[in-house]
Amino acid sequence: MATQLKVTGADLELIDVRKDFPGFTALDDMDLHIPAGQFFALLGPSGCGKTTTLRIVAGLETPTQGQVLIGGQDVTSMKPHERPVNTVFQSYALFPHMTILENVAFGLRQRKIEDPVAKAKEALDLVELGHIAGRRPQQLSGGQQQRVALARALVNRPSLLLLDEPLGALDLKLRRQMQIELKAIQMEVGLTFLHVTHDQEEAMDMADTVAVMNKGRVEQMGAPEALYDRPKTTFVSKFLGQSNLFVGKVSDSNDSSVSIEIGGHKVTVDKKRAEKHTGTIAIGVRPEKATFHASNPKLSSDHVVIGPGEIIDIRFTGVSNQYLIDVPNIGEITVFAQNVGKSPVVELGAKVWVSWKVEHSFGLADLPDGSEDLD
Amino acid sequence: MAFAAFSSNTPSSTSGKPVKSGKIVLVLMLPGLIYLAMFFFIPLVALIQTSLVKRVATPTVHFDPAWNWQNYADVISRYLPQMTRSFGYALVATLVALLISYPLAYFIGVKVRHRPILQRMMVTLVIAPFFISFLLRTIAWKQMLADHSPIMEFVHQIGWLQPSQSFIGSGPAVVFGLIYNFIPFMTLPLYTTLERLDVRYLEAGSDLYASPSKVFRKITLPLSMPGIISGTLLTFIPISGDYVNASQDFLGSEKTSMIGTMVVQDQLVTNNPQTATALSVMLMGIILVLVTVYVRRAGTEELL
Repeated sequence: MATQLKVTGADLELIDVRKDFPGFTALDDMDLHIPAGQFFALLGPSGCGKTTTLRIVAGLETPTQGQVLIGGQDVTSMKPHERPVNTVFQSYALFPHMTILENVAFGLRQRKIEDPVAKAKEALDLVELGHIAGRRPQQLSGGQQQRVALARALVNRPSLLLLDEPLGALDLKLRRQMQIELKAIQMEVGLTFLHVTHDQEEAMDMADTVAVMNKGRVEQMGAPEALYDRPKTTFVSKFLGQSNLFVGKVSDSNDSSVSIEIGGHKVTVDKKRAEKHTGTIAIGVRPEKATFHASNPKLSSDHVVIGPGEIIDIRFTGVSNQYLIDVPNIGEITVFAQNVGKSPVVELGAKVWVSWKVEHSFGLADLPDGSEDLD
Repeated sequence: MAFAAFSSNTPSSTSGKPVKSGKIVLVLMLPGLIYLAMFFFIPLVALIQTSLVKRVATPTVHFDPAWNWQNYADVISRYLPQMTRSFGYALVATLVALLISYPLAYFIGVKVRHRPILQRMMVTLVIAPFFISFLLRTIAWKQMLADHSPIMEFVHQIGWLQPSQSFIGSGPAVVFGLIYNFIPFMTLPLYTTLERLDVRYLEAGSDLYASPSKVFRKITLPLSMPGIISGTLLTFIPISGDYVNASQDFLGSEKTSMIGTMVVQDQLVTNNPQTATALSVMLMGIILVLVTVYVRRAGTEELL
C-alpha cells in the first residue's frame, strides 16, 4: 500500500468501464487514458457521469464492468484506502472534530509517515494557511476550507489527485484566483490531476486535455484550443462556447471542400474540418468568427456570405456586443463583435449581411436535435 | 453544566445569543420559575431538611428538627454495599446497552437511510415496548426467567447453569432487566445523532488511507459522541436510582437490592424517612459528581 506510492504522478487508464445504477446507466463503456503529469478535465453537465467516473477511480464506487489502472497497476478491486489516490471533495468534507492541522496530518498518520505534524504544517504553508493551523474547519471561510481540502490531499503526494468540482462553491473572483493557484501548484508538484467540472471556462483555462462527457460517454477529447476550434458533435459545439449551426444537404463537393445549400445560400466547410462529406450535414461557425456588413460585401469564394438579415437583438456584455440576426429561410445567427469602437454602428432592425472565412467553418458528425435528414 | 449534554449536538462555540432584557422576558419566564420553585426547589429543601432530622423512638416515634449529620454516617455504614451495587449494575447495564444499541442505531440511522419507510418502521419498533406498562413487561420477564420456565429449562439443559442454580433473583437477572427496560433511552439519542452523520466524512477518511476500522474509531465514533453522552446519561442516571428491577417482587432478591430498594424500604416499610432522604440526597450528589466529571472528560478528544 504505502510503499507503492510514488512521488511523481502516475497515468490513469479506464478500460471499458461501465456503471449501472438501478434504472439508469451512469457510465457507458468508457475508455480513457490520462498520461502521467497531466492536468486533465472531465467536463459535462450534471448527470453526465463525470462524478461517477471520479468516484470509481477513487474506489468509492464499484464499476459494473471494466478495469481501472493506475500507473499500470490494476486497482479495480482495491478498497479506497489502498489506492494511491486522494480526492478534493466538492463539499470539502473536512473533519469537523479536528483542527485544520490534524485534518491535513490525517492521511500521513494513517500511513505512519514520519513527522506528520511538520509535513502538515508545510502543506498548510504552501496554501498560505499556516497561521490558522489550530482552528476548526467551521471557523474558516469557503475559500480557506477549499485550500485546506487541497492541502489535505496534496500532502500525501498521491500518484493521482482527483478534484470534484472543488471550486463550485466559491464566488467568481475567488474562483479565478484559485484556478490560477491550483494550476501553479500542479505545475510545481508535477502530479496527475483529474478535475471534474461543469464550468467550461474553468476546464479550458486549467486543463492540458479536456474530455467532454455527455450521457455517460466521452463525446470528444483533446486540447482546449482544438476542442473549441473543431467541435465534432452538436453537443460539444453548444456546451463548449456557442455555435451557429446550419443543416443542409451537400450540394457541391470538390477535393478540398464541401458545401450545403440552405435558404438560397451556400455554406462551405473545408473537407479536413468536416466529419461527414455526404448526405445531410451540419456546418457550424463560432459567433466571434463571424462579422457583419451594412451592404453585401461581395467577397471571394473563401468566404461564406449570408444575407440580408435583420438585427433583432443587441446585448452589451462589456468587452463585446452580441448581435442576434434573423435571416429569412435560415433562422437566427449570433455574431459577437468586440467593443473596440470601430464596429459598424448598427441599430435594432438594421439590414445586414453576415460573413466568415471558410477556414473557420466546422462540420459535425451528427445533426442538431429536431433537424431531420433531408433525403 | 451536565445538563448541556442533553442539548443539541451542533457546536455553538461561536454563536452569540442576542441579549434582550425586558419585562416581557420576565413575564414569560414567570410560570416556569414558579413551577421550578414549587416542584423542584421547595421539595429539594424539604428533602435535605428531612435528611437531617433526629428520629426519636420514645415514647412514640417522632422526628425532631435538627442538623443531625449522623444520619449520613449511618447511611454510609449501613448501605455501602447497596450503593456500590447500584453504581456497579448501572455501569454494566449502561455499557452493555451501548454495545447493543450502537450497531442497531447505526443500522437504522445510516444503513437504511435511503429507505425512509423502513427507517420509520424500525424507529417505531424501538419505542414500541413503551406502549405497554414497564411493570407489566418486567413481570412478564419474571415469569419467563422463573425456574422451570421453557427458557430456563433450555438454559439448564445446555449447561449454562447448574441444575441447583436459579437465574431469577441473581445479579445478572437484575442487570438483564435494567438493560431491557432502558435500552430505548440509549438507542434513540444514538439514532438521532447517527441519522445526521454525514457519510461524506467517512468517504474522505477512507480516501485518506484509513481502513474501515480506523474510519470508525477516528471519525464515526468522535462524531457520534453527543449521542453516546446523551444515551449513556439517559440510561445510567435512571438505572442508578431504579427500584423496580432489583426488588424481590420482580427480578431481584435480597442479595441484589440497590439504593432505590433501600429508599422504598426505609420510607414505606420501616418508617425511617431520615435515612431514606439522606440516601436520596447522597444518590443525587454522587450522580451529579459522576456526570459532571464524565461530561467534562467526554468533551475533550483526549478521551478517545
